[in-house]
Amino acid sequence: MQEKKPEKSTTKTIPYLIVLVVAMFGFGFLLVPLYDVLCDLAGINGKVDLVAYEKDSDVIVSDRTVNIQFISLNNNGMPWIFKPMHTSVKAHPGQDYNTSFYASNPTEKAMTAQAVPSITPGYAAKYFHKIECFCFDQQELEAGKEEEMGLRFVVDAEIPDSIHTITLTYTLFDVTADESVASLN
Amino acid sequence: MSEHHGPAKGIKRWLFATNHKDIGTMYLWFSFAMFFVGGFFAMVIRAELFQPGLQLVDPQFFNQMTTMHGLVMVFGAIMPAFVGLANWMIPMMIGAPDMALPRMNNLSFWLLPVAVTLLISTFFMEGGAPAFGWTFYAPLSTTYAPPSTTFFIFAVHILGASSIMGSINILATIINLRAPGMTYMKMPMFVWTWAITAFLLIAAMPVLAGAVTMMLMDIHFGTSFFSAAGGGDPVLFQHVFWFFGHPEVYIIILPAFGVISEIIPTFSRKPLFGYSSMVYATASIAFLSFIVWAHHMYTTGMPLAGELYFMYATMLIAIPTGVKVFNWIATMFGGALTFEAPMLFSVATVFLFSLGGFTGLMLAIAPIDFAYQESYFVVAHFHYTMVAGAIFSMTAAVYYWLPKWTGRMYNETLAKTQFWIAFVGFNLTFFPQHFVGLAGMPRRTPDYALQFADFNMMSSIGSFIYGFAQLFLLYIIIQTIRSGKENADEKTWEGANGLEWTLASPAPFHTFSTPPTVK
Repeated sequence: MQEKKPEKSTTKTIPYLIVLVVAMFGFGFLLVPLYDVLCDLAGINGKVDLVAYEKDSDVIVSDRTVNIQFISLNNNGMPWIFKPMHTSVKAHPGQDYNTSFYASNPTEKAMTAQAVPSITPGYAAKYFHKIECFCFDQQELEAGKEEEMGLRFVVDAEIPDSIHTITLTYTLFDVTADESVASLN
Repeated sequence: MSEHHGPAKGIKRWLFATNHKDIGTMYLWFSFAMFFVGGFFAMVIRAELFQPGLQLVDPQFFNQMTTMHGLVMVFGAIMPAFVGLANWMIPMMIGAPDMALPRMNNLSFWLLPVAVTLLISTFFMEGGAPAFGWTFYAPLSTTYAPPSTTFFIFAVHILGASSIMGSINILATIINLRAPGMTYMKMPMFVWTWAITAFLLIAAMPVLAGAVTMMLMDIHFGTSFFSAAGGGDPVLFQHVFWFFGHPEVYIIILPAFGVISEIIPTFSRKPLFGYSSMVYATASIAFLSFIVWAHHMYTTGMPLAGELYFMYATMLIAIPTGVKVFNWIATMFGGALTFEAPMLFSVATVFLFSLGGFTGLMLAIAPIDFAYQESYFVVAHFHYTMVAGAIFSMTAAVYYWLPKWTGRMYNETLAKTQFWIAFVGFNLTFFPQHFVGLAGMPRRTPDYALQFADFNMMSSIGSFIYGFAQLFLLYIIIQTIRSGKENADEKTWEGANGLEWTLASPAPFHTFSTPPTVK
């Protein structure tokens, strides 16, 4: 009796364990979207939506200003000259503003770049909206050419009083060689 | 029913092995060999750090050494050692004739030499072996990695497959092959800790496989899981890695706890104090291990609420761990204690692991971790848990069960000497690292500021002593197997309890073909 019984129950146990293995492998990949969703829900990590913002109200809080600072960074090995045209703007929540960043390609070949934004403090990210941004697309520059790249943004009228300053950082990545990196849009 | 025949002759016995004892033996010898390989890398590290300045190796090679030391020790030495122990002991402890899936057992062992060969072969490739640390953070391990990283990824895949198959086998054995009367709450503590460890492995290793698969895709197929330029996030790598990585440290330490829980009662001549609380504590540690991973990432810019949650959740682990430590002490309290080599190693494990646990609590405090992270204090902390926790208890297990495995008794005087050499060597190596770490010496560095010179020299001398102690252990084991005193005593140890001690010494090739009845 003892000889037969274990065999049967073993074959019952194995499928459960294999399902668990497969499920956990899937869960590893599920962490990728989960990470973005959680960061988004909690408004952390300074990640910003990379799609144009549609304004849904015309409220302008004219008695309040938020200091918006702009910083530019070149990723390791990126030779472009990249800087903000204005280092800061005092913005009324709800009102649209235009600013721009300067980029030039000092090398002797055409290059493609991708700017990746990040907002500090992270929890301010959900109150900073981009209507137009050069970071929505990849930027191409011929050898020796320069360009002013536009940004149109609005600070959400609902922004909490505790936020006085928002810093927007762009890191410029060289994506010339890496054809496979599709545009973020 | 089953025919009683001996093992096959020659190499076929090992290549086609399906006997749990043969496979266990192969696991143990393999892990011992890997222990010396990883130990050799450690010796290179400590020789370079003997004095400030660059003496022996260039920094790139030094980084390969730290990386490969960690990988080989974790995946090649400690994990297979405990799987080997599980193979040998679990069927004998629960009264089963063999493991539930003997052929898969064979496969999961023979994948290991393949994986380790792949891993070691990276040394001979252009660009050298991986040099990004055993935690292989992206983008160091993707954008800036040597070409050999692809081989590293496949090695990790194969190691993971081996561990998962081993765990499925262990769980299938424990769930289905217990002798009549062996209820779950009568199982020896070592079996319990392995059952829980196997669940951890099944849940954590596939996530590691996912992480390295994402790396592979980022490197070769143009995805951007961890590349910010393409919309990914390098911090995501750390989350995925540590979601595996934190359970991994308990995968390493829980079987060690199991070993201690077998040995301390034997040499205290008392049953284990608080058996059921031990079971629940082990399960609690396993559960908590999955929800504390980001304490490895306090400085990645987490929000305050995250820091607080991970800090408190991490400190919570001290409670079930404390339950275990106090239970071991209570087991010894009032017992008729003797200190043979297995007991010496076990008591040292309890003491030194607790020290490592305390430094872990210090590191768990987020604001303090900002100062301590990436310093030698961290190195001291995890070597107190990994070496004094896992390696010491593994050595205890070898001394404890060697008479049962070989039918021969080791030389007690030599073994006690070996313990004291290892104990002094270990503490001389790692205790000073607390001080240099608190004083600001960073980890993973081939050179350091002059004020750390004395402590580093002590550390290096200690590590050579500790390395010698392992060669001495090898000598003692070989001497026991070849010419140790015959030990025909079934029980071997006066206070030993459990089914494995009802079998002849050495344990016959086939055991419990008719299951024993447990009352």
